[in-house]
Amino acid sequence: MSLEPEMLKSLVKAAAEQVIASAAELTVLDQAIGDGDHGANMKRGFEAVLGKLDTIAALPPGEALKTIGKTLVMTVGGASGPLYGSFFLAAGDALANKQLPADLADVFGSGVDAVSSRGRSKAGEKTMLDVLFPVLETLKSEAIGPDLIARVRTTAHEAAARTAPMQATKGRASYLGARSVGHVDPGARSSCVLVHAVCDTLEARS
Amino acid sequence: MTDTVGIVIVSHSKDIAKGTADMVRQMVGSEVKVAFCGGNPDGGLGTNVPLIIEAINQVWSPKGVAILVDLGGAETNSEMAVEMLQPERRERVVVCNAPIVEGAVMAATEAAGGSSLDQVRAVAEELSAA
Repeated sequence: MSLEPEMLKSLVKAAAEQVIASAAELTVLDQAIGDGDHGANMKRGFEAVLGKLDTIAALPPGEALKTIGKTLVMTVGGASGPLYGSFFLAAGDALANKQLPADLADVFGSGVDAVSSRGRSKAGEKTMLDVLFPVLETLKSEAIGPDLIARVRTTAHEAAARTAPMQATKGRASYLGARSVGHVDPGARSSCVLVHAVCDTLEARS
Repeated sequence: MTDTVGIVIVSHSKDIAKGTADMVRQMVGSEVKVAFCGGNPDGGLGTNVPLIIEAINQVWSPKGVAILVDLGGAETNSEMAVEMLQPERRERVVVCNAPIVEGAVMAATEAAGGSSLDQVRAVAEELSAA
């Protein structure tokens, strides 16, 4: 699992395309407990990323992640822009002096920490962190191996589903109080979509 | 004219941002530089980092800039915009934890008297204390 330009391009393309394909679903989730713009915002951001795909793929991996982050920050137009943007900016910074796949958990963890501090949020608040933290734990606890991808996929899927019974205490959904219970968090869902896109691409190549 | 703290108003709605800026100008006239922005990059409800950066630079003053925001995404995007400024400007820009309309009017009125950035922010944030 090296990050050669061709692989990097496949990963970014799959992630962007799957987010764009999920826009309608994210909108429905966000209409239930938020302001309904998560699908459109993520679509706009990742369309901008797709528009720079060739440029991004030609960069060193760390710079590529930072370019993705900056693009999302500048184009998403909602809180998810700085949140996902901070993830990619921090992961890109971390990647500068790390090696993949050995340091994957460290690099991913830097991104997750950045989301947590940008959103002043922690686990259990019905946010994207409720997918990102469990995925990080799986990456930390499992040696890189043939079943890691499957485990990460399952972790992300189950973690997103677990946000349904949670009551939101961060973001727009927190205004609903107890009425936020019973709906999957849109940010958790979009994080799951991104993680699954990466899993699918890696599996197809291995 | 002595420098005064600049005011930036960031709302999800351009109409709210503009209306708030109108109310501020009614209080302080042109003594304080005021900029506003609202809407996502497609013009819908939301906020937009490049526009926030532009607004901050538009009212830049050596005394600093106070930003007033409405809901969460406006705050998150404003904090991100501040981090993307030139390093020497970052330390002189604050996002106030205050209601957007009242906070902007109070902050601008305080700024018009020549107060420091800390004083301007404190006056706006008193509104949130109770």
